[in-house]
Parts: sequence; C-alpha cells; structure tokens
Amino acid sequence: MTSDSQTEKKLSDMPDDKGHFGQYGGMFVPETLMEPLEELKQAYFNYMQDQEFLNELDNDLKNYVGRPSPLYFAERLSRELGGAKIYLKREDLNHTGAHKVNNTVGQMLLAKRMGKTRIIAETGAGQHGVATATVAARLGLECVVYMGAEDIQRQALNVYRMKLLGARVVSVESGSRTLKDALNEAMRDWVTNIDKTFYIIGTAAGPHPYPALVRDFQAIIGRETRQQIMEHEGRLPDALVACIGGGSNAIGLFYPFVDDHDVSMYGVEAAGHGLETGEHAAPLCAGKPGVLHGNRTYLMEDRHGQIIPTHSVSAGLDYPGVGPEHSWLKDIGRANYVAVTDEEALSAFHELTQVEGIMPALESSHAIAYVKKLAPTMDKEQIIVVNLSGRGDKDIHTVATIDGIEF
Amino acid sequence: MSRIKGCFAQLKEQHKKALIPYVAAGDPNPDITVDLMHAMVASGADIIELGVPFSDPMADGPVIQKASERALVYGTSLSDVLAMIKVFREQDNSTPVVLMGYLNPIEIMGYETFAKAAQDAGVDGVLTVDIPPEEADDYVPALKAHALDPIFLLSPTTTKERMRHICEYASGFIYYVSVKGVTGTSALDTSEVAQRLKIINEVTDLPVGVGFGIKNAETAAAIGKVSEAVVVGSALVNLVEQNAHDTLGNDKIIKDISQVLLSMRAALDA
Repeated sequence: MTSDSQTEKKLSDMPDDKGHFGQYGGMFVPETLMEPLEELKQAYFNYMQDQEFLNELDNDLKNYVGRPSPLYFAERLSRELGGAKIYLKREDLNHTGAHKVNNTVGQMLLAKRMGKTRIIAETGAGQHGVATATVAARLGLECVVYMGAEDIQRQALNVYRMKLLGARVVSVESGSRTLKDALNEAMRDWVTNIDKTFYIIGTAAGPHPYPALVRDFQAIIGRETRQQIMEHEGRLPDALVACIGGGSNAIGLFYPFVDDHDVSMYGVEAAGHGLETGEHAAPLCAGKPGVLHGNRTYLMEDRHGQIIPTHSVSAGLDYPGVGPEHSWLKDIGRANYVAVTDEEALSAFHELTQVEGIMPALESSHAIAYVKKLAPTMDKEQIIVVNLSGRGDKDIHTVATIDGIEF
Repeated sequence: MSRIKGCFAQLKEQHKKALIPYVAAGDPNPDITVDLMHAMVASGADIIELGVPFSDPMADGPVIQKASERALVYGTSLSDVLAMIKVFREQDNSTPVVLMGYLNPIEIMGYETFAKAAQDAGVDGVLTVDIPPEEADDYVPALKAHALDPIFLLSPTTTKERMRHICEYASGFIYYVSVKGVTGTSALDTSEVAQRLKIINEVTDLPVGVGFGIKNAETAAAIGKVSEAVVVGSALVNLVEQNAHDTLGNDKIIKDISQVLLSMRAALDA
C-alpha cells in the first residue's frame, strides 16, 4: 500500500457504490435479485442516516442484546503466555451467546421498516440461525432457517433451540450438505418469495449491500473496543485477533481500526487437519479468487472453478468463501491472515476454559490458538485484543466426542 | 451474421418460433451429450442450450441441481463441455449452441482464454446466470471480440429502465425468466408473460425467448404465441433423471427427449 492511496482515500471509505472492495465484492446474482438488492441498498443507506432508526437499534443492543459487552483483561492467560497483555472482547456474553445477534437485530429492524413479513436465513453452526429465530420470535414473524443436513447432525442442540423459538429448520440435502449449500438454498427461497421475504445473511459476504451492511451492524464490536481499551490502557491496542469463517466477527472488530495503521490485524482461518492436507477451510491462506454467492472473493476451488469440500472441527468456520473486504485487506497488506489446525484450536479451547474460566466457542478457540503463538513474540507492554466471538456451550458435545466421552 | 441471428431471421421468414431445449452437458454421463444434441436437432430444436455443470447452481431448482451433480461425478468441466461441442460441430455446422452456466468456471479459465476456446469449439452464445451487466465490463467485450453473443436474463422484477440498460449489452436474443423463482418452477401465467413481453419489445429489437415453467406442448404453444422462442429445461432433464441409473438409459433418454421435443415442435408449428 502506498502512502498516496492513504491520503487520497481512507480504507474505511470502502466499498464503492457498486459494492466493490478493489476487485472483490460486487453483485454477482441472477437478474431477479437485482431489484430486491437495490431496494435493500436504498433502505440501508436511508436508515443508517435516520436518527430514529439508530436510536431504536441502540436501544435494542443495550436492553435486548446486553451491550456493551465487556473488554476483559485476561491476566492469567497473559502471564502464562509471557508476552503481550491479552484482552478478550466478550461477545460470548451477548444474548444468544455470540456476536451474530448484533447483525440480526439490525437486519430485523430493516425488515420491519421495509414491511417484510417473512424472514429467512442460512446457518452453519446454528448460531446465526438461533440469533435470527430469536429476533423473529420477538416480532412474531414467520422464520425459515436453511441448514445443511451434515450440520443438522453436528449441531442438534441449536436445531432444537431454533425450533423452540418457532422457526422452521429446513434440512438442505444438496451438494456438500453444509453451510454453502444452505446459502444456495436460502438464495433460491429468496428469489421465489421476494415480495414479502427478507433474507438475513449471517456473515459479511454475499452480494452488495450485504458485506457492508453486516459489517456496519457488527462494527459496534470495534467501536466499543476502542472506547474500552482507552479506558483501560489510555491507548489503542497493538494487535487485533479474530477467527474467520465468513468473517463477520473479524470485520466487526477490525473495521473501526482500519485507518489506524499502527494497529495490526490478524484473521485466523481454520486449517482443519493442516493446510498441507487440503482438508481445511482457509480460502485466504490457501485458496484463490473466484465468484460465489454473489461476490468475488477468495474461495476454495479446484482448477476448473468448482467449489471444493471444506473441513473444520468448527461448523461456523466450515465455509469455502470469505467476506470480500477480507480478501481486499489481504491483498493490500492491511490485515494478516493465518490459520490454525483443529488440534491447536481444541487445545486453546481447554486452555482458556481452565486458565480463565471462560469456555470459548470452537470458532473463537481458533483466535485464542493464534494468540498463544503471537503473544509470546510481543513485549509485556504491548496489547492484544482478541474477539471472543461466541461461547462454547454449543460445542460441548463435539469436544466430549473427540475426548471419547459419551453422555 | 452469427448463427443465432441467422437462425431467428430464417424462422421469422418461415413464420415459425424457435424451440430451445436445455440439457446439462455430461448428464447423466459424458457419452450421451453429443448424440443427444444431434437427436434434439432432428426432433425440431432450433437452438441448443447446453448447461455447464457447477457445484453451486443457486438459480436452479432441484431437477437441474441434480443434473449438475450427476455430471460432476464424471468431473465434466468447462473444457470438457467445449470439447463436446467441437465434436458436435463435426456433423452440424448450422445449429446455434448457447452455453448456460455460472461465472466461476469462466472466471477461473479467464474471460479471454474462455472466449477464444468457445469460439474455436463452435459456441455461439453464452448465458451466465450470475453476471448482471453491472459486473460485465470485461466479460462482454471479451465475448464480443470472439463473435459470441452475450445472452442476458430479464425477469419479472426488472424495471423498464433496467431493461434498456441490459439490452445495450445483449446480443443474439433476450432470455425472459417467466416467473420469480428457480428453474423448474410450475406456475406460469401466460397473460402476465404476454404483458411483460410487450414492454420488452418496446425496449429492444432482439428476439425474446421465454423460459422457466414450460412443461409440455401445451405451455410451449401458449408461450410461442407471444414470444419468438421457448426454452424448455427441467421438463427434459426430468426425463434424464428417470433413466439416469439404467445401464441402457442413454438410448431411452434420447428417445424420451426426442418424443417430447417432437410434440412441442408440432404444437408450436400448428
């Protein structure tokens, strides 16, 4: 990145009006969706300037989600790793147990303003599905959640949670029967029922305006972090760390800092069984650019452009694409993208649970696993903020199975 | 004159409507495709739309999704599809062939490399479902430089202003998606389609083909009364599916599809 481009334009000014982050992003969708996306774009631009809308959003975030979430100094973990001071942004303490609800509360307010009566969503681990079913229940709206048949088996608890909340969970049997196929199916539903349906995409990917819209609803994470770290330390952190599936928790933390060039950023992808095995979910570390789900971005694909199966112990990271803003931040060198294996993530899950009494989601455990590598390379005066994007209750069954325990 | 343009000009002279069947290349196996293409021409197809299999066909209903999955079992790639068309062209140098698929396989090959290879293979038009004109500033010139017609979709949600914009990029023909939904949807309202076609015809001189929801000779004839072309896909791919797992299935598939096309042809010409 040249200093010229910094003075001309701030990094936070992205995307452009067609939804491009450099060569990434955009609107690669069938014609039928272009008009509904245009409508959504207008609504989003209007309401993000509308004080009444913003007040309602603030009120919901405070009184329904429970924000602000604490920024917690993990003193014992910091001491054990023997390097930088580690702060945890506690998104796990939000209502429904993860950062996902920040976005669903926001999109639901948009849906309400746009007069939509039916809500659809895709989900992988089920956290976004639960967060969507939750806000739909609150407004009494019909809610359909698409979930890959594989994920339904892996995340039975969240499936039942969604049903308790009144959502209909549709098992997706096509393709690889995981998150990407759930997204395809949700798109198909949307194109068929566009008149009354609002599609709440759960990550900062998909066609414009979704990557920008989801980022803006998740950016509350980074804005609070700025303020809280100033209160704790009187200065900005040296490094931010967050896990990346589609990348919504990471972009939510990163975005309010992108113009602060002294703050380094690390996005942690799922290396699964190891990048060298090909069995992973790390498009930024080991994929190449392509077009899927409405945007151009880094993908896991074969040489013919077919999307290939992914693997991660964490269902929420098990996705072959990534939000386009991350692809752009990678190419311009503003953020670093790294990957940790299933094994490293599981070890971090246990370590944080035992050392701090905080049980992280397996997704967030990837971020913690990278902090274990990063912190010892830094000075004791330096500061890392890691996004603890969700809590691990939903993963207890997975972890127990891996540890050979049956209930 | 491109094969597509020539085809529509000739049909207009004869007061006939174009019958455009869609099948996915390599479905249910790579051996069938070239023979099936010839059989479809013999049964009255004017233009062939050949689906390029993709792992994530988000605009397609279950019937065509499964066609893609069957073709991908054999690893049918975009290059393989072009090779099939090359073989088809050895015996048929007049029937236009349109590729229908998703952007990523083309993106990975590179627009210029793809366009050149497609022209060499004898492709006439390319319909990429997930590239609207907004994203097509490099794609359309690459196609046009190699005498390929970029076919674009119009849908029930497309405004008249957008139609104008899209038609500036399009050549060959316009594909009107008759319903809000994915391929294979059932409910098609002929009078509503007729109304929309009236608006489209105000915007462009290009011929208009109607697809999504054409099931049988009866719907084909009804749509043929108001448009220049009818596209039939899922109804044919259904016949592939029924015989996909039979060892002698290829002959049966070719026979069944030919029969349906003959009946549609007769209904369109009646």
